[in-house]
Amino acid sequence: MLEIFRALAEPNRLQIVELLLGGPRQVGDMVDQLGLRQPQVSKHLRVLNEAGLVDVRVDAQRRIYALRPAPLQELEAWLERYRRIWESNFQRLDALLDDMKAKEKKHVRKKPQTKR
Amino acid sequence: MTSAGNLKVTTRGDREIVMTRAFDAPRKLVFDAFTKPELVKQWLLGPPGWSMPVCEIDLRVGGTYRYVWRKAGVPDMGLGGVYREVVAPERVVATEKFDQAWYPGEAVGTLVLVEQGGKTTVTQTVIYESQEARDGILKSGMEKGVAASYDRLAELLARGLEKGASQS
Repeated sequence: MLEIFRALAEPNRLQIVELLLGGPRQVGDMVDQLGLRQPQVSKHLRVLNEAGLVDVRVDAQRRIYALRPAPLQELEAWLERYRRIWESNFQRLDALLDDMKAKEKKHVRKKPQTKR
Repeated sequence: MTSAGNLKVTTRGDREIVMTRAFDAPRKLVFDAFTKPELVKQWLLGPPGWSMPVCEIDLRVGGTYRYVWRKAGVPDMGLGGVYREVVAPERVVATEKFDQAWYPGEAVGTLVLVEQGGKTTVTQTVIYESQEARDGILKSGMEKGVAASYDRLAELLARGLEKGASQS
């Protein structure tokens, strides 16, 4: 999972993933779109490939890259689970803060002592 | 990347996870809830079935914190670290390390509280920094460990952020 984070953390690699969301592409095509040099693009693609995010297929002289959806879905599912654990923490915290606010109000209002 | 309610969880930069949530309370109270053990123990529990029998917080630069979570039938889960910055009631930075960390090196959590109109927005960031990672050689042992205990990772990480919270 951290490998996936790492692979996606680099802005150019994220841009490559976004390009590939539109369908498989060959390296030269991406070089043009990204405004990077071919060795850089190839290096990024290698990292993405190692993280399992893209597949490569050789067609004649061309290397064609395509996205593998599974890791992205995994990442999404993982973040969702993470979010759910935190949301339950924070719902408890909401309730606690309500209690704290009520107590503080009581405290401030103590002087008139009209509390029941 | 994922959001529901008003909780947002995203990734940013290199091995960084950022979580944002708004609370309907003044910053002072939210800060207390994140940094006073008797309050932290009431909400920082994670999935159902877990309790937090240990919550020690020495909230000062160089001070340490220690959390232990417990659930029947599984090993305790411990987390601790050292405070690097403490600016009440707005910012806390602390290192964090699980007893059974699955990643090399330490992580650093940052808690930032911003109050506006009586509401407080909390941003928790955890950066996983390890020499290996920094050098870009984050390697297989760890990845294998991650793959082998996916659920546990999510749980631990969730606790880690909470630590960020606690760290606060």
